[in-house]
Amino acid sequence: MNALLANPNAKETIVVAIESLVMIFVVMTAFAYTMLAERKVLAWFQMRVGPTWCGPWGLMQPAADAVKLVLKEDLTPVTADKVIYKFAPALAVLTALLAWAVIPIGVLPNGDPIAIANPGPGILFVLAASAIGVYGISLGGWASQSKWPLLGAIRSTAQMISYELSMGLAVVSVLLLAGTTNLAGIAAAQSAHHFWYVIPEFIAFIIYGITATAETNRAPFDLPEAETELVAGFHTEYSSLRFGTFFVAEYINMITVSAIATVLFLGGGDGPFVAQFPLISVLWFVLKICFFIFMFFWVRATLPRLRYDRLMAFGWKILLPVAVGNLIITAAVVALVRA
Amino acid sequence: MTALFAACAAVLVLSAIGVVVSRHPVHSVVGLIVNFAALAVLFLTLSAEFLAMIQIIIYAGAILVLFLFVIALLTVGSDPIERTANKLPEQAGQAVIAGLVALGFIAWGIQADWTPAAAKAAPDLGTVGTFGVQLLTTHVFAFEATGFVLLVAIIGVVMMAGRRETGARS
Repeated sequence: MNALLANPNAKETIVVAIESLVMIFVVMTAFAYTMLAERKVLAWFQMRVGPTWCGPWGLMQPAADAVKLVLKEDLTPVTADKVIYKFAPALAVLTALLAWAVIPIGVLPNGDPIAIANPGPGILFVLAASAIGVYGISLGGWASQSKWPLLGAIRSTAQMISYELSMGLAVVSVLLLAGTTNLAGIAAAQSAHHFWYVIPEFIAFIIYGITATAETNRAPFDLPEAETELVAGFHTEYSSLRFGTFFVAEYINMITVSAIATVLFLGGGDGPFVAQFPLISVLWFVLKICFFIFMFFWVRATLPRLRYDRLMAFGWKILLPVAVGNLIITAAVVALVRA
Repeated sequence: MTALFAACAAVLVLSAIGVVVSRHPVHSVVGLIVNFAALAVLFLTLSAEFLAMIQIIIYAGAILVLFLFVIALLTVGSDPIERTANKLPEQAGQAVIAGLVALGFIAWGIQADWTPAAAKAAPDLGTVGTFGVQLLTTHVFAFEATGFVLLVAIIGVVMMAGRRETGARS
């Protein structure tokens, strides 16, 4: 990371800038088709057909949605805190994209990870990006200065800081097994013996899945924007592109937590034929992300929304003790094996 | 490197001024978030990776979220809650003197070599691995003592909150 930040070499800076632009373009395209896939998959779950009119199988629907959002009027409530109101959507999407600076999406033929940067404390960087991810929603909801967004923002803040603890403990269990905080190192430790951490750390895997759903405000944890109670939650007052930006941030967050779950629990780009053709690891990585994203859709189509007090009680009284217990057992086993 | 330091230092000073002069507490919190982010980048330029990440996760990510949570609950409405006259100008003189005295102490403190040679920090102390090993071997007493102090605070909070709840019920 120091090499990236304190870079005296202008050429390397330009290379990193181009890599970042390519990564943003790829993630934004992935967002557009994740959104379309969600509408299609939810439609199939409910015996409907979903979007079909824009292009073959509705494949141009994301473009049509984008044009529609851009052409809508951008409203700002008169009582809103203007600067923070306008800045909050950008903050939400910035923190969602930040983690992609360090996520290794595969391995090169020479064994190096394919990533913009490969810092030592990579997983801590990801946790830091996720920790400040709450500000987009909470500041946006507060700056709207009306009751539904404020209630949504307060719910979201409480939910995210409650579930972040259990998520951190689940991640630490994996770090104990891998013995490194470097994301590429964690993936390499699993692909060395083709032994994915989902097997020994299945409890941590489940905890990570639940907390990731809560962190991304997805159903059944979508209380910050519970339509039946809060109109549209924190983004009630937002319209046009600013609303669209919150939408982008939510879906990118979903892709990001899926990518991190892939690195931590499913061996990153590990899979058949990777030893012969290393670049195929990118394909396995993308397929594993698709699996997680499908799980998100499936859970949304299946489970009803939790009640708010149940959500808090579940986070603090069930998830956190289980995560602590799992961490202690993992630490004991790792210590015994190493000794 | 120098340019990066200059940029971070400028952001740090400007955001710190913003925290103090903002009339609305939420704007102060936003200024503090920017301040902590710039501070984390400064830590990175000093090769203190672990400190930089923890600065963001704990301070920007947890403590300031709590600040924002409380302030947003208390101050619905865009009017500044502080309606009395601005007292900052008349306090400026004392503040500048206090700041200069503090700066003098810091300058005096860092120019002297206080630590014995044996207790010198490891050269790569900033990395996660070395920092963790040092924390749980060389500095384990300070680490455990800090943990104990925090535990006392947690028990105290639980006692006070619990007592009020039973009082309300009876």
